[in-house]
Amino acid sequence: MNIFDILGPVMVGPSSSHTAGAVKIGYVSRELLGEKPVEAEINLHGSFAMTGKGHGTDRALVAGILGMQPDDIRIPESFETAREQGLKFTIGAVQLKEAHPNSVQLKLKGEEGRVLEIIASSLGGGRISIVEIDGISTNFSGDYPTLIVHNLDQPGHVAEVTSMLAHKSVNIATLNLYRNMRGGYAVMVIETDQRVPADAIRWLAHLEGVIKVTYLDKESAV
Amino acid sequence: MIFSGFEELIRASEAEGDELWHYILRSDAKEKGITDEESLALMQHMWEAMKEASADYDGERRSASGLSGGNGRKMQDYARDCVSGAFLGEVMAQAISMAESNACMRRIVAAPTAGSCGVLPAVLIPYSRKYQVPDRKVLEALYITAGLGGVIAERASIAGAEGGCQAEIGAASGMAAAALTYLRGGTGQQIADAAALALKGLLGLVCDPVAGLVEVPCVKRNVIGAVNAITSSDMAMAGIRSFIPIDQVIDAMGEIGRNMSSMYRETGAGGLAVTPAAQQVKL
Repeated sequence: MNIFDILGPVMVGPSSSHTAGAVKIGYVSRELLGEKPVEAEINLHGSFAMTGKGHGTDRALVAGILGMQPDDIRIPESFETAREQGLKFTIGAVQLKEAHPNSVQLKLKGEEGRVLEIIASSLGGGRISIVEIDGISTNFSGDYPTLIVHNLDQPGHVAEVTSMLAHKSVNIATLNLYRNMRGGYAVMVIETDQRVPADAIRWLAHLEGVIKVTYLDKESAV
Repeated sequence: MIFSGFEELIRASEAEGDELWHYILRSDAKEKGITDEESLALMQHMWEAMKEASADYDGERRSASGLSGGNGRKMQDYARDCVSGAFLGEVMAQAISMAESNACMRRIVAAPTAGSCGVLPAVLIPYSRKYQVPDRKVLEALYITAGLGGVIAERASIAGAEGGCQAEIGAASGMAAAALTYLRGGTGQQIADAAALALKGLLGLVCDPVAGLVEVPCVKRNVIGAVNAITSSDMAMAGIRSFIPIDQVIDAMGEIGRNMSSMYRETGAGGLAVTPAAQQVKL
């Protein structure tokens, strides 16, 4: 527990879980998409669906998708800003299986045509967890630079990625592997202490067997 | 950074011949890999944001639900006539104003939560103004408040959904009592006693928000958090001890929170949230 999680964050109200956490989910999703979003389908689950409107959860999510941070005073006007910036969005409700009460499903499309589907939960105090990316279960906070590699489930991909990180002097904070079935579709989620250089990410994306690379670029959490 | 006990923090700082606030700063900065100056700059940012949020209050604003707004100004206008004195009137006005700003989607500092964001500034802003406390001294008090909050988060909870309102307004009140007692020159023991007395006064407080929103009763509960912090600090400064030491009070708070029915933990399923008046609220 960081003392500035106790005293802070500086945020737009009214709720750290339903407002600040929602902005962060939108923001992290935008970063993971890796390009300017032009379409967003937002589906609220549980308490987000029930009390989201009164807490501004809908506006907070749109604000985050537009690139705003939880302390941005423009959050309440995010719907209007979305119109000005050419982001089309819909807000609906969804029943997700075994999800945290404060969860949302986001389907984003970027200006270059990239698509991303995410399920994320707001855990309280503004902390979040990305629990699913493109149908694969994950669990990361968005507090660190995070590299997500989608690849065929075959030998050698973890070694390729980790030796590249070693070569670039990037230290791994956490590493998690997921797959849908043996020999099928696999995802590795790597949180790092340093940022991963852009050329290294491009190199990874062109490796044989690598399907998609997603990267959350940010300064490591203090 | 994990602070396992507040008494342990006091003992450890004394053993190292360091001041309590600086010991907390150092422990946290070391964990993050930042310098004292960088940590102080972050804390200064929090304090400035609190003052800006206070100055930003507008009595004309209403929340999206229409349930909140305007009472901070009413209290401010009446402050001089308060039977509890103009200073407490000012504290009450500040507490309501900040909590109303939060309900109206303005920028605030969660301390420790958004729902309890009015308690700490309601004590610190009027006090530091009245007694002309330098900013640097307030920053020191904020480290003590954050250290105590860290212990509460570790041993109990600072989320209404986990521990009820005692974990939000209660925790904020204990934190404000500790900060105020430090500013008044209290000893480590008096700081711990003030925090213990404040927390004890609000043990068992449930989280029963109308329509699930951070408005009723949250906004006005910020008043009791702030006023309770001041009276608890006064008791400690008068030399009154808390019979139960601070860490044991926090453990009791954790136990009460764990055993609290989920009806009273931010679900809107019990208490004030299910009264006839609350049921009439349509969103």
